[in-house]
Amino acid sequence: MHPAGSVILFTVASGLGFGMLTWLGLGLPDARGWVAFFNYALAFALAGGGLLASTFHLGNPQRFLKAFSQWRSSWLSREGCLAVACLLVMGVFALGAVFYDAAWQPLGYVGAALSVLTVFATSMIYAQLKTVPRWNHWSTPVLFLALSLGGGGLLAGQVGPAIGLLFLAGAMQLFAWLSGDGRFQERGTDIGTATGLGVRGIVRAFEPPHTGNNYLLKEMVHQVGRKHAVKLRMMAFALMIVAPLVLLMISSSVLMICLAVSCHALGTFAQRWLFFAEAEHVVGLYYGKR
Amino acid sequence: MGFEEPKLNLSPKVSDEIRKTTCYMCACRCGINVHMKEGKVAYIEGNRDHPVNKGVLCAKGSAGIMQVNAPSRLRAPLKRVGPRGSGAFEEISWDEALQLAQDWLEPVHKENPEKLAFFTGRDQSQSFTSFWAQGFGTPNYAAHGGFCSVNMAAGGIYTMGGAFWEFGQPDWERTKLFMLFGVAEDHDSNPIKMGLGRLKERGAKVIGVNPIRTGYNAISDEWVGITPGTDGLFILSLVHLLLKAGKVDLNYLAQLTNAPALVDSTEGPNKGMLLRGADGKLLVIDRKTRKPVAFDTKGIMPDLAATYEGHRTVFQHLAERYLSDDYAPENIAERCGISADRIRAIAADLARVAFDEAFELDQPWTDFRGNKYDKMIGRPVSFHAMRGVSAHSNGFQTCRSLHLLQIILGTVEVPGGFRFKPPYPKPVSAHPKPHCKVTPGAALDGPHLGYVQGPDDLCLKEDGSAARIDKAYTWENPMSAHGLMHMVISNAHAGDPYKIDVLFMYMANMSWNSSMNSGGVMEMLTDKDENGDYVIPKIIYSDAYSSEMVAYADLIVPDTTYLERHDCISLLDRPICEAGGAADSIRWPVVEPDRDVRGFQSVLVDLGARLGLKGFVNDDGSAKYEDYADYIVNHERRPGVGPLIGFRGETGQEEGRGAPNPDQMQAYIDNGGFYEIHVPEGAEYYKPWNEAYQDWAVKIGIYDAPQPYIFDIYSEPMRRFQLAAEGYGERQPPEHLRAQIKQTLDPLPMWYAPFEDGAVDVEEFPIHALTQRPMAMYHSWGTQNAWLRQIHGQNPLFVPTKIWQANGFVEGDWARVTSAHGSIVVPVAHMAALNENTVWTWNAIGKRKGAWALDEAAPEATKGFLLNHLIHELQPPKGDGLRWSNSDPVTGQAAWFDLRVKIEKAKQQSESTPRFEPITSPVGMGPGELEWKVSK
Amino acid sequence: MTTLPTTTSAKKLGLVIDLDTCVGCHACVVSCKGWNTENYGAPLSDQDPYGSDPSGTFLNRVHSYEVQPETGPAQLIHFPKSCLHCEDAPCVTVCPTGASYKRAEDGIVLVNEDACIGCGLCAWACPYGAREMDQAAGVMKKCTLCVDRIYNENLPEEDRVPSCVRTCPSGARHFGDLGDETSEVSQLVASRGGMDLMPELGTKPVNKYLPPRPKDVPADLDILAPYLEPVSGTQKGFLGWLDKALEKL
Repeated sequence: MHPAGSVILFTVASGLGFGMLTWLGLGLPDARGWVAFFNYALAFALAGGGLLASTFHLGNPQRFLKAFSQWRSSWLSREGCLAVACLLVMGVFALGAVFYDAAWQPLGYVGAALSVLTVFATSMIYAQLKTVPRWNHWSTPVLFLALSLGGGGLLAGQVGPAIGLLFLAGAMQLFAWLSGDGRFQERGTDIGTATGLGVRGIVRAFEPPHTGNNYLLKEMVHQVGRKHAVKLRMMAFALMIVAPLVLLMISSSVLMICLAVSCHALGTFAQRWLFFAEAEHVVGLYYGKR
Repeated sequence: MGFEEPKLNLSPKVSDEIRKTTCYMCACRCGINVHMKEGKVAYIEGNRDHPVNKGVLCAKGSAGIMQVNAPSRLRAPLKRVGPRGSGAFEEISWDEALQLAQDWLEPVHKENPEKLAFFTGRDQSQSFTSFWAQGFGTPNYAAHGGFCSVNMAAGGIYTMGGAFWEFGQPDWERTKLFMLFGVAEDHDSNPIKMGLGRLKERGAKVIGVNPIRTGYNAISDEWVGITPGTDGLFILSLVHLLLKAGKVDLNYLAQLTNAPALVDSTEGPNKGMLLRGADGKLLVIDRKTRKPVAFDTKGIMPDLAATYEGHRTVFQHLAERYLSDDYAPENIAERCGISADRIRAIAADLARVAFDEAFELDQPWTDFRGNKYDKMIGRPVSFHAMRGVSAHSNGFQTCRSLHLLQIILGTVEVPGGFRFKPPYPKPVSAHPKPHCKVTPGAALDGPHLGYVQGPDDLCLKEDGSAARIDKAYTWENPMSAHGLMHMVISNAHAGDPYKIDVLFMYMANMSWNSSMNSGGVMEMLTDKDENGDYVIPKIIYSDAYSSEMVAYADLIVPDTTYLERHDCISLLDRPICEAGGAADSIRWPVVEPDRDVRGFQSVLVDLGARLGLKGFVNDDGSAKYEDYADYIVNHERRPGVGPLIGFRGETGQEEGRGAPNPDQMQAYIDNGGFYEIHVPEGAEYYKPWNEAYQDWAVKIGIYDAPQPYIFDIYSEPMRRFQLAAEGYGERQPPEHLRAQIKQTLDPLPMWYAPFEDGAVDVEEFPIHALTQRPMAMYHSWGTQNAWLRQIHGQNPLFVPTKIWQANGFVEGDWARVTSAHGSIVVPVAHMAALNENTVWTWNAIGKRKGAWALDEAAPEATKGFLLNHLIHELQPPKGDGLRWSNSDPVTGQAAWFDLRVKIEKAKQQSESTPRFEPITSPVGMGPGELEWKVSK
Repeated sequence: MTTLPTTTSAKKLGLVIDLDTCVGCHACVVSCKGWNTENYGAPLSDQDPYGSDPSGTFLNRVHSYEVQPETGPAQLIHFPKSCLHCEDAPCVTVCPTGASYKRAEDGIVLVNEDACIGCGLCAWACPYGAREMDQAAGVMKKCTLCVDRIYNENLPEEDRVPSCVRTCPSGARHFGDLGDETSEVSQLVASRGGMDLMPELGTKPVNKYLPPRPKDVPADLDILAPYLEPVSGTQKGFLGWLDKALEKL
């Protein structure tokens, strides 16, 4: 899949933002006043900014309101609804914390739940796609949630749980990579089933339908060099998981946390780039590509 | 929130008006419905009533809308201001352009008309353009047949009075076994696809004989991946097997062909000619009386086995030749790349279907002898072939061989077999002979192109030199029925046989894909003599688009697109008939040009009048026709016979023959752009011999008298040339050509290796290289269409598995391909369904930078390439001090497919080689985005 | 909501594509481009149409594949592909706006362009590459089965078929109701073993493909006399046969 900048920015930022909101909603930390203001500002900036970024890849963003209509069937619509609901609820909750020195906790719990659900919905946009076997697996939402809550936990200063979640995310990531690498093949979809010609012999794509380029190829057929991918994975893993853990084990000072968050965020960008770039859509089979 | 489906308008208005005209996106000439909205072309679809396409339309046809809006359309007459080849022009007015053309042409016409060479490429108005050239008085006229498929046309006409494509078609409704030879996905476009569809519907069998398994061959039930240039040998091996097994239609051969004619065995000037009676009619031996009688005597049974005073029948000569073990499958299998078993199986299949599955139609008919029959016998085997077999130096004989195979199976003009399309069948004798007598200030003595009967008909001057600039109808290629367009520029440049003053061309991309040796042609067009003048002094060119050739002209007269013009697709020319009827059609301006351009034929009408050419001026010297449309309606070739057959006579009620009708054009428009006259019942088969057909053909003006004939398995015109080569007769070939004529003008079909095999080291150049046209693009016929170029915007060289692996190629690799003449470096791609010694590419996707209003970085101009750079119009020197033409020695057809190459891996490149300097585009470049919707 | 219609009508309009007959001419591709540029919704635009990287929106494209059987020569198969109007269309349910929907009446999958935000998720959900985002209009384009032709009272009855079907020169494309077992298209599917693409994905495509018939299979030969039997081994013998054969005529 084409690793579009807007979508990478969207998933990474909103993941961190909603993850942080989850912690804030749970009252961890139970900040008030200016501290709360900066906490919520950061969380809203990440969550909202991410959502805004996601509209950059829309062909007709001015019609975005329609996207709230299909929550009963569409994970994308659900994600939109949940995100807005979450931001509204957490907005009110934040008002209390910033201006009224109050933690309207039931609201916070609802907001936290909505945050988790938002991230879950985001992940399900990808995990639901049978057309992308690598994504179409329970590990996708688990990984998204672990990263969101882990990264958000770091931002919220919840070092202890964050370390645990990063461990989980790290394990999940390794599992996702390892199991994901073979999933396309496991699913049994190949050029033979795609064309129905597999029963006749070995099928090979001959001429492409058009020598000219097209949307499908640009959007869904993205090939990453194998060596390149291995290097990037190592780098992503080191930054996203290993570096924060090492840093936090050395010290959990604010500076260290900041450093750990930066590493984690950078690593997550690389991870997310790979998440798209390594994902192979079955449509590539029609073009003799994966 | 419930979901409600949006309310759709399921019956939107389709268009304001449908204008029916004829497509010109290739040579197929389908009927089209042009949907107009707000006066603009909104959508094009096939015309269901049209005899050619019956509603369907190919990719090119549907993309016509992108042709009418093409940025490469020329906008106004152009005069060259920079050096030739640079593309530097200034726009001039039509008055100035026509005056200039007149100033150049008038002295030529008055002093020596042969100094004009007028060649019209992919012209569909040849009966008109040749008429103009005839009026001008130059012998130098032809269209593109010489570099296309003249072997096919001439091979067919000399053998059976018609050939494939425009001349005939399989009986799609009744054929059970269809064999396709060398059809490279083009000729003809939609009818073949429709026919194949009909066969597939019925589960009939299709055998594809082609080194490349794409397109029609891809859907063949059986693919024969033959070695290029060996089709004739394969066919004659089938003939061998069929003869040997007695699986030949003896009655058909005896009654309807010259197989029972007697071959003169007397040594001397008549040896090998057929015996004739005092009345000039062929003699045959009647099996009942054992006496010689005229072949057309009623009630006879001509004897194939007869020997008369030592003269044996054609059939016995034929049997002797083809029963020879030279044609045994075991002896040719390796050469053809087909196993002997496979050849035997195919022969058995042909025999089984032709004879065991023969059937009868309850259709009485009367033959030319007056014999009456109750039934028509059907043999459901049919064949079709095209350029793949004909574009070889042995193509003419190969085409004859294929017709021989059809004929011995008795499958020509019978139900289930191959059927002619009116105005064919038409025997050689009913065709004109070539004319070349030049008279200053006057017309030529007759039509340029025709069918020679022997040396007397060659176009030679008193001193024996060629009368025509292309050396058509000379000893080098005596039966060159379509001329040799591919030799015009090199001969004119060499001044051999003479120098010319004006080169005038139409729709012919000679400086690019329409020439062999394109780079050499560019040099010839720009070469200067010792005085600094161009060797070819003046070049006038007409095209609708900014093709590569535009840059090489001094004066451009811009043509319209096909939707902006009048045209006629006439029975006098290349007709659109189907086997069941005679048909012709028109084009008319469904939109008016938005540029300062004029239909080329109307420009010729104007020039003809300015020059006072015969046929273009009235007795008082005034212009005879206002424009081409006026000519189409009012011209009469013979009294009552004009370009169009429909709506003739003063009331418009007559068909075929009748006085000109001033309302004819409108009547055609109202009728959907065409007119069709159906062949009457009982005349649909056995046409060359069928009284009912012959009478109908006379009635509608195809002939002026019935022209029944028998098929020439044995060709006397060819034998006459052989006799000359043997030393008989007054006109004698030059010494160096005697052997070639004796060998290749054999009166019975035969096979010899393609000339390139003898001219180059086949060990060094072991690989055959071919081109095909893609179905969705008709190369540089039109523009680089915005929709079609997305389908075929670049062309790799397709390489078979064996060569692919031997060179260690991987996807994305480049290769150097070298022939005896040149070398190119191009991208390669793997193809398994390909003859193991053959490489190929799509023809003419490669474009010159600056042409066709494309970006200079367009894939056509960077990665695209031409094979033409590897092919020379002459064969490599043999060391005899002579340069031999790279053409068929019978017809002069360009031997494109003789090409042999070697291939090696090359470094990755950004662009194919050879590379040429960009030419300045006279029309700029196209827009960056297209959203073509007429109604917003 | 764009769940799939719950009351699926019996009518399932779709195409049957005959891979034994398709010659790969691209007629359907361009006819579709022409009709759908001028009709339903936004025109199918082209980017850099005369430039170095031309691309454009097409609703139907013809692929080609080489198949190497265990024995015999490689085969080449032309393979037109457009929307299969799946019964269980994943492209419909993922749509956040309801723009993508399956008509309850006849099963045609459509995009309501006025509601499309151009997110592209439906194209991701489609295994077949049947949806292309138009780069000029920013909305998702797909085969409409020419919904603006098949019921169009401004067209003569015989023309009320998708433009690709009307134009196909070899008759490799068939249009009809695959929900009706007695329809011509259903009969074709039954008699020729019509197949689904990627059946394992559970999309239940309505469009079917007729597989190519067996190729390069030798004709049924009589094992005892597999080939043509010579009438004689010699030239003289042949003439003797000829004489006898002529007598019989």
